[in-house]
Order: sequence, then C-alpha cells, then structure tokens
Amino acid sequence: MATVELRDIRKTYSDEEIIKGVSLTIHDREFVVFVGPSGCGKSTLLRMIAGLEDISAGELLIDGVRANEKGPAERGLAMVFQSYALYPHMNVYRNMEFSLRLAGMPVAERRQRIADVARILQLEPYLDHKPGQLSGGQRQRVAIGRAIVRNPKVFLFDEPLSNLDAALRGQMRVELATLHRRLGATTIYVTHDQVEAMTMADRIVVLRKGVVEQIGTPLDLYHRPRNLFVAQFMGSPTMNVLPAHIVSVTDHAATVTTGPLTVTVPVDAGSLQPGAAVTLGVRPEHIGLDVAGAPQGLVEISERLGAATLLHVRLSDGRQIVVQTGGDNMNAPDSAVGVTPDPAHCHLFDADGAALDRLAAHPLQVGS
Amino acid sequence: MDQAARRIPVAAPVGRPSHARRTGGALLLSPAVILLLIWSLVPLAMTLWYSVRRYNLVDPTQVGFAGASNYVYLLTDPDFITALLNTAILVGGVLVITVGLGTLLAVLFDQSFLGRGIARVLVISPFFVMPTVSALLWKNLMLHPIYGVYSAMMRAVGLTPVDWLSRYPLATLVMIVSWEWLPFAILILLTAIQSLDAEQKEAARMDGAGPLAQFRYIILPHLSRAITVVIMIETIFLLAVFAEISVTTAGGPGVASTNLAFLIYSRALLQFDVGGASAGGVVAIVIANIVAAFLLRAVARNLEA
Repeated sequence: MATVELRDIRKTYSDEEIIKGVSLTIHDREFVVFVGPSGCGKSTLLRMIAGLEDISAGELLIDGVRANEKGPAERGLAMVFQSYALYPHMNVYRNMEFSLRLAGMPVAERRQRIADVARILQLEPYLDHKPGQLSGGQRQRVAIGRAIVRNPKVFLFDEPLSNLDAALRGQMRVELATLHRRLGATTIYVTHDQVEAMTMADRIVVLRKGVVEQIGTPLDLYHRPRNLFVAQFMGSPTMNVLPAHIVSVTDHAATVTTGPLTVTVPVDAGSLQPGAAVTLGVRPEHIGLDVAGAPQGLVEISERLGAATLLHVRLSDGRQIVVQTGGDNMNAPDSAVGVTPDPAHCHLFDADGAALDRLAAHPLQVGS
Repeated sequence: MDQAARRIPVAAPVGRPSHARRTGGALLLSPAVILLLIWSLVPLAMTLWYSVRRYNLVDPTQVGFAGASNYVYLLTDPDFITALLNTAILVGGVLVITVGLGTLLAVLFDQSFLGRGIARVLVISPFFVMPTVSALLWKNLMLHPIYGVYSAMMRAVGLTPVDWLSRYPLATLVMIVSWEWLPFAILILLTAIQSLDAEQKEAARMDGAGPLAQFRYIILPHLSRAITVVIMIETIFLLAVFAEISVTTAGGPGVASTNLAFLIYSRALLQFDVGGASAGGVVAIVIANIVAAFLLRAVARNLEA
C-alpha cells in the first residue's frame, strides 16, 4: 500500500520558478508517467519526490504522511537512474546488497532476498560480474534489481530506457510493464518519449515549463487533449495542425474551412461565432484518401514503414499535412490526391490553444 | 618501369610495413635512441666502474682496484643503516600525510563554498615554490627559534620556543616536504573526485548512505586508482629528496636527518671518497628499482580492474 500526494508543489532556483505548483494524487499500485519536452521540470519533480531536491513550497505526502523534511532513504522510495548509477567497483550482488547492508539486515536474509530478485530479473548468472562487464540491458536490470530488493513503497524511474537502443528499449518496456503487473508497486516514471508514456502508463501527467498541462489515461490524452500542446505532444506521427476559421455553428457541431478542406466537427463551439479563427487538429491516421473526389494536394514524400505508409501531402494552399495510409498504398511522390479528414476524430482549438469540448465520446475511453 | 617504381610509395602504407620501411624508420629513430642510451648508460657504467676503484679526491696516491671493499665499508657503516631508515621514514611519513590529508582536503574542496576558486589556487600554490626556497622559508621565516613565526606564536602563549631543526630534524623535514607535496596530491585527487558520477552519489543517498558511508563505499574506491598514481609519482621523487636537507640541516645533527641521497653526496663531495659514494649510488639504484618494480605491479593491477 502506497500513495503519493503532491499539494501545490513548487521549486524555485534563486528567483526562477521551475515547478509552478503541481497538485496530484497517485493511487496505490498505479503506474504514473510524467512526460514532457526537455526542460519541462519532470525530472526535477521526480527528484523532489525522491528527496534529492528540496521542495521550495507545497506539501508532499507519502501514505498520507508529510515527507518534505524526510531524507531520501527514510521516504521508503527506490529510484532507477538514467545512467543506471551502478557502483562500478562492486559486483552485481554487492550492488544489490548495498542498501540492505547499510540498513543492517542479517546476511542470510540479504542473500535470500537478492536470490529472489535475481531470479525474477534473470540476473543469476551475473551476480559475480562487475557492472563494466555487462551489456546495457543487463545493467538496466541490475539497477531495477537494486531498487526492488529494498522492497520500496514507490518506484521512481528517471528516463531509464533512454540509453538503450531502439530494439532493447521495446523489449525493456514490455519487461517493465510485466514487472509492474507482477509486483503491483506504485510507480512514477519520467520520460520524454510519448511512446513509453502511452504504452506503460495507467495515467499520464503532461508537463510543460513546470505546469501540468493535462492528467489522464493514455487514451484520454490521445482522444481528448485539453489543448494544442498536449494534442501535438501525444501521438506519433504528430497531429496535423491547420489554421482555420469557422464557417457556421450549430448546437452540436462547428463547420470550419482551411485551404481546400471543409470539415464539420462535432464539438461544442461555445461562444465562437462564424468567422472566428480556430486551429483544426487531425491525426495522420484519421485522414482518408479520397480516390473519387477532386485532388486537393500533391504527394511530396512517401515514407514506407511496411505496415503503414506516411504520405506528406502539400495542399493546394501550400500547407503540408501527413496522411497515414496502408502499407500497400501505391501513391508515389508527385501524384495528386484528395484527402478527407474523419470529422469524428477532428479537434478544434480556440485562439488560445484550448480545445473545444468534443461531443462524441470514444468507446475505448475510460476514466473520464 | 619508371611508372611502376613510382607507384610503390602509394601502395606501401596500405599493407604491412615492408622490411625496407622498417629499417628506414629505425635508422631515423636511432639518433634519439642512441643519445638517450648514452645519457643513461654512460653515467651508470661510470658509477659501476668507480664503485670498484680506490678513488679519493684528496689523496691522489690511492689508485687501483678496490674489489668489494667500497661496498663492504659502506654496508657495515652504521651511518648507512641510519640513512636507509631515514629515507624510509621520510618517504613513508610524507606519503601518509599527503595521501591522507590530500584525500580529506580533496573531498572538502569538492564541496561548493564561498571563495572556492581562490581557496583552490591557494592550496595548490606551494607546489610552485621550488624546494630550496620553501626549505629556506620554513627554516628562517617559520621555524627559526628566535624570530620564526612559530616561536613568536609559542612565546605569545608563554611557551618556550623549540629549535625544531636541531631537536626534531627528521620530523621537521617530513613536515616541510609534506607541505611541498600536499598540493600535488590534492590536485590529482580533486580532479579524480570531480569525475565521480553525481548520480552514483545520489543512488547511494537513496540507498541510505550517509556522508561517511558515501566516503567509505563510493568516493574512496573511486579514488583508489588516483591514490596509487599519487603514491607512485611521489615515491619516485621522495626517494631523491636532497635540496631540503642540504638547505636546512645539512644532514645533521650528526646523521639524524641524512637520507641515502644526502649520504652519497656527503661521501663524494664532503669526504671526497668518490669510490665509496659510487658504491652508495649503486645501492640506491638497486633500491629504487626494487621499489619501482613493486609500485608498477601495484599500479598495473589497479589499472586493470
């Protein structure tokens, strides 16, 4: 059982505020991912929870008890660092034993615990090895093992996969998700990679410049981004964003036009009047190719990924959009195509970048 | 044929160096190698030669082979044993002080505090003072029983000043030489500490390690390689400490502060016994090589790990 509660947490360096008031409740056994571009303060926030950075203002509660003044070791958390931070002169066994030894645990109990963890992480053959003799993935597992042996209330991960190559990253992602299912420990995970966030998180916290932009389940963020920043940050390839203006408004939809495209989007337009400037957002996977209609643009580049093809289409008004089509799409560069965004999956943002409420709920969407 | 000959230099660097190329390279290297050989082999040969000769600068009638008698005379001389012991105390004492204090100060100077840049320059600066000058500074400015700073301080609190250099000659020398070499140790160890990954210290903090445990389990093992290097380099120089002794105590009182280097000097240029001094030189070479062999093995093992 472990919950973490942040109450208006702030961090100030000299006179610059890095974290501008973050409030968040992390439930027991939850896997929460902090995601955002570099410099958004996600690592600082994690280090404040860990106790490695002081909290300038606000309150941190672990299991309902104020932990602001507790040292890193007393908080009962364990952290996996980006550089793994293994102790290079100790072998794998000693690395995992270090915290237990400092805590004064009897040798027999230590050995038992490390053996258990080594079995879970398949580290048994490497217990005598020094970190320098291990591969990146193995070191990563040792770092995780060092966190697990302490039996912490909460696991903290600081971009743990960013030093691994793409294939290994995919594999470790699955291993981490499996491990979380198995241990059921509360986990806070920091990453700049939205794929890691989408695939592993129960809930995602999107940060920008020290401010929480949105908190929600992965699909919540994907289907109902609260603003333009979240919309563009989540999802790969990135959402197409086109400046548009409103043509007409009804109770349950707004019709907008941008260049050669006119779309009727099922949103609550609120106080917006026809003629108002808005931003139309539509993901590449939600744009279809219209074979019958008049061509609206030219294919500039086609990126063939095998399972899918990304067509970079130059619209007749000069704007470029990305369309995701099937892997067997035959359109070559310079061929003329018509594009039709799926109105149900279009997003509208007002002049400030805030999303207009979408009226169609997605069937997979949970938690909102 | 002319063309074929011209092509060879282009093709040659790709494969293995040809025999002709290697010979050419050796030929070009030879002036430097031969010069270095002469530089080190000739003095060695002459020392060996003189060490078996009767050769006294004040008595030209003493000539001819001495056989082993120079060595016998030296090795049975109680002064030689004293000098050997003094050398060991000097080297060992300075090593303990500089490495021990150097490690602690390096950790201290790694912390951020006001005026750290200036403090770092100050702590390094004794290294730039040449040995004779620093020995004179200590002898006359700091430790002089009448107008030295220490004597003034002792008198100020009602104590009788101590004539350091005649009462505790060797301990004073250890202190002076330590003062000269401490900056070197700090410099090497500080740079080594700065290369320690900050995340490792943070991981140790998360694991519950306090400052002492961090020092014992993280910082000290990280420094072990640098410490070996400091010990090796300092030992090489400390075996040959001469200027400080010559300036302050001239080996005395008696032979209380005479080390091997100074003993050889006094044999040759104070007692004018070149043969005996050469025998001492040969013994010094043997000792230096034994020490070097041990140190190099220790360093090699440490660098491997």
